[in-house]
Amino acid sequence: MAFNIIVCAKQVPDTNVIKINPKTGTLIRDGVPSILNHDDNNALEEALKIKDKYDDVHITVISMGPPQASDLLFECIAKGADEGILVSDRAVGGSDTWATSNTLEAAVRKWVKENGPYDIIFTGRQAIDGDTAQVGPQLAEKLDLPQVSYVEEFEMAEDRKTITVKRQLEDGYELIELQTPCLLTTIKELNTPRYMSVNGIFGAKDIKVWNAKDIEVDLTKVGLEASPTNVFRSFTPAPKAPGMKIEGDTENDLAKNLLINLKGKHII
Amino acid sequence: MAIEILKEKCTGCGLCFKSCPYDAFEFEPYDGNKLKRVAKVNAKCSFCNQCLTACKFGAIKEVQTASGDDRFKDYKHIWVYAEQRHGKIQNVALELIGEGRKLAKDISEDTQVCAVLVGDKIDHLAQECFEYGAEKVYMIQDPLLEQYTTDGYTKVIYDAIQEFKPEIVLYGATHIGRDLAPRIAARCNTGLTADCTHLDVKVSKYIEFAKANTTLDTSTLDPNDPSTGIKQTRPAFGGNLMATIICPNTRPQMSTVRPGVMQKLERVPGATGEVVNVKPAITKDDIHITVKDVVKSAKELVSLTDAKIICSGGRGLGGPEGFNLIKEFADKVGGVVGSSRAAVDAGWIDHSHQVGQTGTTVKPEIYFACGISGAIQHQAGMSGSKIIVAINKDPDCPMMEIADYGLVGDLYKIIPEIIKEWDNAEDLYDASTR
Repeated sequence: MAFNIIVCAKQVPDTNVIKINPKTGTLIRDGVPSILNHDDNNALEEALKIKDKYDDVHITVISMGPPQASDLLFECIAKGADEGILVSDRAVGGSDTWATSNTLEAAVRKWVKENGPYDIIFTGRQAIDGDTAQVGPQLAEKLDLPQVSYVEEFEMAEDRKTITVKRQLEDGYELIELQTPCLLTTIKELNTPRYMSVNGIFGAKDIKVWNAKDIEVDLTKVGLEASPTNVFRSFTPAPKAPGMKIEGDTENDLAKNLLINLKGKHII
Repeated sequence: MAIEILKEKCTGCGLCFKSCPYDAFEFEPYDGNKLKRVAKVNAKCSFCNQCLTACKFGAIKEVQTASGDDRFKDYKHIWVYAEQRHGKIQNVALELIGEGRKLAKDISEDTQVCAVLVGDKIDHLAQECFEYGAEKVYMIQDPLLEQYTTDGYTKVIYDAIQEFKPEIVLYGATHIGRDLAPRIAARCNTGLTADCTHLDVKVSKYIEFAKANTTLDTSTLDPNDPSTGIKQTRPAFGGNLMATIICPNTRPQMSTVRPGVMQKLERVPGATGEVVNVKPAITKDDIHITVKDVVKSAKELVSLTDAKIICSGGRGLGGPEGFNLIKEFADKVGGVVGSSRAAVDAGWIDHSHQVGQTGTTVKPEIYFACGISGAIQHQAGMSGSKIIVAINKDPDCPMMEIADYGLVGDLYKIIPEIIKEWDNAEDLYDASTR
């Protein structure tokens, strides 16, 4: 029987290049590239490493997002995943993490119905646009799976049932053993993601799009309305009063003038 | 809260439709005006109140639901997950007890802040919670809980929540808190807001906060609003925006908060309170992972959170060797070395030094940003610094805009001069005032 891995991935705007329009206080989204979320890239890479080792590994990437998010599935397959599934429906738009995990749960259950059991689910620890790190554990809860988050090292025994991982802590790590099936959330320390291969780019792509009806999700549990958290207000932080440019002809003058100012204001 | 349409004033113009971010308006037939229709609020309304100012006819009114929300009358008190590791309470838990106490008293005099301690043989930790402001401690102990496991801790805390029904649960956004909180929230089918940087329960206090720190138009908020649902402010969109999140329809309301964001209360030695011993219903079969070992890394501990001075380096250093200079700088000024995400991503320095939204949140007395352009995600982690000094070649970089003092030039030339002159600061100042 094949060894089945599901990877959950999200397409995100590259938040490092987003700018705020200082006049209107709104986001400038134009020209902001959409990318495969970093931690999810590590999730995919770990699945691909298992596939490198064994011949019977099948990798399914599941993503939730608007239709254009299928670009991400293209990229994942070009790197070596076998199939991509995009869950896309207006009914699931505006979901918070709870509603998102309900959607992904339904998608995974539909996949299982069609393909049989899975062995491992990898998700990135968090997405750079929300930074919540909640969807992975919430999906594990819905699927009643043991979870380990912040996985920085992964090892699987030859029986392909026993998994040993290092879970990153602020000041070290925990060494954890668990059995498949399980859900692991990955961080960048885990591996270095590969690039798309030429054959992958030009090869056939098995990409499916499922809507809310396809995954038979309870519509009272998804989307904006069902989400327990709502945005009450959003705003840009108040601009700070302008600072002071330290003047000086030489570097030494700059340094001295800075120290005079810091001293004068009793900062040092 | 609710939104009410005054039919006799509504002209059916639809201005409110445009103001609504949630698509919560519909028309219904009405004979009393020219367009023969009035606006109606549907279930999508999340009471954001954007429509109140949009209506030019005074036809939209905010209705206060009498004495709070009846649905939630069984839920009371604020819980803080008092995370302990190896018998030591994490700092962030004590900070949250302080914050929780403030919030509790804002809700009502008889609302308490309660610490939840989970572990084995940790009776002695209750005292510390009381001394930092907890009024009650729920003690959940079992040999199976000696070590943190996601499933074990989720089960016992979930069971306690079901039994005692807290109104709010706060967790530190540590690697453990961020593993545990979403699992519990999902089991409770309630909302959870991650990495909050500010919490309010009273609308009046939220208005004060918004006026002092944001560009938010508070005119649609009513300072006399008696509702006390939690308003959780956090960076959104990679820190490019701030969002205030509410959890209006489910209880308990849950938030995680980064270490170093909230203030501990002054310790009161000898303070006491009530200890409630909760007998957890947990067996070996509830725990599906085995923690084989917990290893403290040998890598240098960076206490950025507590640092008074931080010398931070970024991409502008040009290479890993730049951190030698930063280290020398930090040693001279009695500071700690920080870094931007770019420098960490480039592999120049360990992640434990990273300041920013995905690193550590800091608020030192002085933050030296050396060769850091000031991406918004970096700012999210350091904009609370009392004084920011930017040293950068680029006079127009974002860091210069938020800096109190900007030094434009080559950091490799400027920093050695600061190091050289640091001890002379007093004399330099005296000379300058003469």
